[in-house]
Amino acid sequence: MTDEAVLPAFGAVEEDVLGAAARWRDEGAGVALATVVRTWGSSPRPAGSRLVIRDDGTFLGSVSGGCIEGAVVQEALTVIAEGPAKMLEFGVSNERAWEVGLACGGRVEVFVERVG
Amino acid sequence: MKRGILDELRAARAEKRSVLLVTELPSGAQRVLGYDAAEALGGPLRDAALAALRRDQATVHGEGEGRLFLQPQQPPLRLLCVGAVHIAQPLVRLAEVLGFEVVVVDPRAAWAKAARFPTGVTLVDEWPDDALEELAPDHRSAVVALTHDPKLDDPALEVALASPAFYVGALGSKKTHAARVGRLREAGVEDAALARIAGPIGLSIGARSPAEIAVAILAEVVKALRQGFTPRALPASESAP
Repeated sequence: MTDEAVLPAFGAVEEDVLGAAARWRDEGAGVALATVVRTWGSSPRPAGSRLVIRDDGTFLGSVSGGCIEGAVVQEALTVIAEGPAKMLEFGVSNERAWEVGLACGGRVEVFVERVG
Repeated sequence: MKRGILDELRAARAEKRSVLLVTELPSGAQRVLGYDAAEALGGPLRDAALAALRRDQATVHGEGEGRLFLQPQQPPLRLLCVGAVHIAQPLVRLAEVLGFEVVVVDPRAAWAKAARFPTGVTLVDEWPDDALEELAPDHRSAVVALTHDPKLDDPALEVALASPAFYVGALGSKKTHAARVGRLREAGVEDAALARIAGPIGLSIGARSPAEIAVAILAEVVKALRQGFTPRALPASESAP
């Protein structure tokens, strides 16, 4: 989780995410962007929510209430290394979702793309 | 996401323009559209794109290969407060948590100084109507008049009601509001515009302290943002005291 002291206003998170993406690219780091595309049932973050991931594992933003960020970051590192975008799905129908802990019973589709 | 697309989105944010990011799934091919470009799209995609922008709600259009993810990016929400009064202090802090850019307008320099506001808040010490003309409330702006002083509140409300602000509220009891409506009507404001004033301001939650009143106000602001503002019934006409 982001340190509470520097947590920006919720409405401003999006800007910080894109700003961080640009800044990290400018620093020469590999960067990926994960976006919630669709949700079913109870899911903590709506479609359009973003998480930006740097190739050293640093991240900013959120795609859930913290339940699946770890798994998304892992997948994002693969996308940064290999290139092609990926669709990820987490939910009760997915064994992995229980491991990563989307215990709220919701289902969420996350699009992960490399930032050029 | 190509760097050009990222920079386009950031420029739109900086220039406070509404745009729609269209992503083809699962390929990830992207483009950024303004309102005009969305209007110019054909068929159901046009309707879906405009709805996503108007509702500020991301959505998937179509099914399977080649479906499109429509992701709106709207300018920041703004809360324009007239009156650096006691209630304004918790109000601006809560509004910032909600992601609003906050401007406090009060020509009484002593009030604006006496009230302590967070560093992110812009203080304007001009007359409210001049200040609001300049701030030009848009469809992402809420205007609240908090001074209880007709000299300050009324001109501000007149400017706010002539703007596309999604919320216009005025602090004061039912009686105060009835008198205010009477004055504004005499000044030539139409009844349809007067019904846009949330007065008494805020959702009725029995709020007592300034912080509780701020919660009531912001709850109504969020409701107006997400569900639209239901015009208020105008108070029974009564001559201004």
